Amino acid sequence: MNRLVAAVPYARVLGMDVVTTDGGIECVLPFDPALIGNTRLPAIHGGVIGSFLEMTALLRLIDESGLDKVPRPISFTIDYLRSAGPRETRAQAEIFKLGRRISHVRVIAWQDERDRPVAAANGKFLMA
Amino acid sequence: MPSERTYAMGALFGPAKFDIGQFTPHAGRLRMRVVEVGPGFATLSLPYHEELVGDPQRGVVFGGVITTLIDQASGLAVACAMEELQAIATIDLRVDYLRAAEPGRDLFARAECYKLGHNVAFVRATAWDEDPGDPFAGCLGTFMIGANTGGSPFGGLKSPPEGTEP
Repeated sequence: MNRLVAAVPYARVLGMDVVTTDGGIECVLPFDPALIGNTRLPAIHGGVIGSFLEMTALLRLIDESGLDKVPRPISFTIDYLRSAGPRETRAQAEIFKLGRRISHVRVIAWQDERDRPVAAANGKFLMA
Repeated sequence: MPSERTYAMGALFGPAKFDIGQFTPHAGRLRMRVVEVGPGFATLSLPYHEELVGDPQRGVVFGGVITTLIDQASGLAVACAMEELQAIATIDLRVDYLRAAEPGRDLFARAECYKLGHNVAFVRATAWDEDPGDPFAGCLGTFMIGANTGGSPFGGLKSPPEGTEP
């Protein structure tokens, strides 16, 4: 999985890593000042959190499906639950339906405690 | 909207008069630029570069990059709808990926704040690479107004940054 992340230029810009846990793959986004969206809080850019969630969803889908190409997003909806502070963020995805054409994935991201998520997302991807 | 309405960001309306990267480090990191702002709307551009790619086989820009561009344009559109600048935080965004953005082409997004309430602002946005009439992404977003005490990063456009952080 980390080889896949290394092959995706924007994943390198984010600086994210993938680790394997009991519940499947988990993505880690170390803090970097270049990821800040609001300097006054400070908080990580909403788009960075969205990108991190979307990348986590994609990696989970690739991991589960064994596809050799990147599934294409159809729609991606992100709920921002708390501001994401200047520290490490982690994310994990759950596949609700792995379809031949369309798959449905939910992702959550958290910082200090997993049950206090900073964001949650719901994505649909075209597998073909 | 009545024509006598005044806008906190009114002095900046028109073609770009400021650098978004100065206030938003990640927008600067991606070399995002302001094209134009006006009452309740903002148009931003993002020059294509290899770093933005999410699908190396096809050279297509990563979907999340488009989310970042649209989130930034949407937040700016909300700021441009306000009479008095207040802090803004994204509540949610739904991005529809209508087609792949063409590899090599610069990206544009225009967001319009079509309702500014006391607590919540509603925004719609589209993103395109060549023809605004042929967008590659559409988006609906909601934003919380007065979301925090940290203030708006755009506040620096009107006044010098605060000396001390809370």
